Amino acid sequence: MSAVIDNHTHDHHGPKKGFMRWILTTNHKDIGAMYLWFSFAMFFVGGAFALVIRSELFQPGLQMVEPEFFNQMTTMHGLIMVFGAVMPAFVGLANWLIPVMIGAPDMALPRLNNWSFWLLPFSFAILLSSLFMEGGGANYGWTFYAPLSTTYAPPSVTFFIFAMHLMGVSSIMGSINIIATIFNMRAPGMTLMKMPMFVWSWLITSYLLVAVIPVLAGVITMMLMDINFGTSFFDAAGGGDPVLFQHVFWFFGHPEVYIMILPAFGIVSHIIPAFARKTLFGYSSMVYATSSIAFLSFIVWAHHMFTVGIPLVGELFFMYATMLIAVPTGVKVFNWVTTMFRGSMTFETPMLFAIAFVVLFTIGGFSGLMLAVAPADFQYHDTYFVVAHFHYVLVPGAIFAIFAAMYYWLPKMTGNMYPEWLGKLHFWLSFVGMNLTFFPMHFIGLAGMPRRIPDYNMQFADFNMVASVGAFAFGITQLIFLAVVVITIRGGKKAEAKSWEGADGLEWSLPSPAPYHSFSTPPEVK
Amino acid sequence: MRFWIILMSLLTTPAAWAAWDVNMRQGVTEISQAVYGLHMTIFWVCVAIGVVVFGVMFYSIYHHRKSRGAVSDTFHESTKLEIIWTGIPFLILVAMCVPATKVLIQMYDASDSDIDIKVVGYQWKWSYEYLGQDLGNGDNLAYFSNLSTPRAEVYNEAPKNPNYLLEVDEPLVIPANKKVRFLITANDVIHAFWVPDFAVKKDAIPGFVNEAWTIVPEPGIYRGQCAELCGEAHGYMPIVVKVVPEDEYVAWVDNKKQQIAQARGITPSVAHR
Repeated sequence: MSAVIDNHTHDHHGPKKGFMRWILTTNHKDIGAMYLWFSFAMFFVGGAFALVIRSELFQPGLQMVEPEFFNQMTTMHGLIMVFGAVMPAFVGLANWLIPVMIGAPDMALPRLNNWSFWLLPFSFAILLSSLFMEGGGANYGWTFYAPLSTTYAPPSVTFFIFAMHLMGVSSIMGSINIIATIFNMRAPGMTLMKMPMFVWSWLITSYLLVAVIPVLAGVITMMLMDINFGTSFFDAAGGGDPVLFQHVFWFFGHPEVYIMILPAFGIVSHIIPAFARKTLFGYSSMVYATSSIAFLSFIVWAHHMFTVGIPLVGELFFMYATMLIAVPTGVKVFNWVTTMFRGSMTFETPMLFAIAFVVLFTIGGFSGLMLAVAPADFQYHDTYFVVAHFHYVLVPGAIFAIFAAMYYWLPKMTGNMYPEWLGKLHFWLSFVGMNLTFFPMHFIGLAGMPRRIPDYNMQFADFNMVASVGAFAFGITQLIFLAVVVITIRGGKKAEAKSWEGADGLEWSLPSPAPYHSFSTPPEVK
Repeated sequence: MRFWIILMSLLTTPAAWAAWDVNMRQGVTEISQAVYGLHMTIFWVCVAIGVVVFGVMFYSIYHHRKSRGAVSDTFHESTKLEIIWTGIPFLILVAMCVPATKVLIQMYDASDSDIDIKVVGYQWKWSYEYLGQDLGNGDNLAYFSNLSTPRAEVYNEAPKNPNYLLEVDEPLVIPANKKVRFLITANDVIHAFWVPDFAVKKDAIPGFVNEAWTIVPEPGIYRGQCAELCGEAHGYMPIVVKVVPEDEYVAWVDNKKQQIAQARGITPSVAHR
């Protein structure tokens, strides 16, 4: 009897057929998958822009593009990668994984979820279309400092502002959804301090998003007013203040960089224990460390502005506060290393990416610590040293964590194991390509090459050439990942429910692939 | 023709360009050397922490692998360890803050300058105004400094000279061993005035006047670039500072003032102070 009823409800709520399934879906797995595909597409678009930059910088002199277009490429590369590739990838993973990790049937607000996603393709279509507008697209850097982005910006800047607003609305709704889901939909028995680390990291990240995306919305609205309605928020000639822009922008911008790394911390805290076959060391200190990092992220913004001329006391405060961030971040790294210590490790692709994450993110953390030393920052600021630093925390940080997560949960998503050798090939080529691209940037930055320039003196030529070769190697390597995903979706060795020997968590109690609707009856967590 | 020039410049590349410098330059001023010292200190602190952390990590990767028959342990927390590895980094950072604070206080002390020069960033050139050096009509000695690299070198139609993109028509001239204060601002968008050898980098912001200072002991020519994205030709507004002995500086100022006064039709006798 009950079986009959089950069948009936199943038919009724199964995925729609065809294209409309994806337009109308409220299913967290569908929406998560769309976020991930969207992010992947943007990753290739942003990557193509990066390759334009690296082609031009292959040699001194202007060969490929004019400086004006070069500036559009650096700007678009940054915007697309930050807002189009990294953030949606993490939101996609959150959508897919949080409900199955906490034993919920779906996200708390499924229709909002659909809308959050569908704003993004429009937002980025508008942003990208600005490249074809008269006067060119966004060319003021991804940090769009006023007045370069207001009084002196191309007319397309208003489209840029609208695109950023749409993206912001999407992010705020997405994070509200995640907070609502985590607080209301956990399986009975799953107290906050029993939540998986990925869920914890996303809970904290969501609060950061809800707190700072409105600040971004504020700053771009002030830009909009300055450009179109005659106000002078950032125009000194009208009594405004160009430095105000930077304070408001970085009040958003610094938490933003943690938004791009905290979910990565969560992912790595799942993968290292799984492949070390040992419980995560210091779970509660991991939670406290993540929370401390999130708190500190609100009081360090002016370390991006050490050369702006803030007063000595302000400079000192932001230097000390910034250095303090190294403490909880260090705690996380020590906990991961201690988790590996006396484990029983194997090195499948997710583990390789996770280990590379720990090592290379730590190197990015070290250069961050160096940048925190304000007097030294006078030499590093706005050079390739900074470019090296944030690419070390974003590429082997955020992006390697996303790769690790995809390899780790792909069997759960598709029901198939990916081809291990192809995954390993992807890892090793990415690892070499990434270091070849970004490590020399430390050197050219220290030698004195400013960032965001299309042409340079010959003293910077050798390492720039190395970086360009590395960039093409890294870029082309990502096609392997595309192949891995396509191959795994189409077939391969069937994955077991618990796809990894050391895997732990509710998601592994579901069959692989996870059914379209999971946990319609909540599991019991002891 | 153009093809051959590019090919030739490519073939001669390694010898002519060989610059595999990997570290920050020490610069020539007391401050720039202090900054270099801080840079090296924090670098070695990072190396030391890295050796310990990665050492433990690679030790476990090698020894505690399943293929070597390692069986995983069950320990998973220790408040004592957490306190230790919160406390030790904290103390290291406090120790690092002491010298950094000292240098920063020094860098911020622009008082008692001998010479004040107003530096103004424009899209895309710098102007230098020597405060107190009256031309005779109330205007100060001031001039623009433009990139002097020929377009042919940029577009690979001529071989590049060693100071490619780091050369100007009129350098900033300052005397050696004098405290020179720069009053930095901008006319349009934000620029940044950066001379790596002096460890001087300050944003030039419209509506603001920022301060920086330097005392250069050695005469010579020092080169820098604009360090804040300021539009299309951001990469093409270098800074060249010519540091000369004091007597030479005084002669240069007089000469320059006469030259500008003449060009503008101001009576030279008045201009000569």
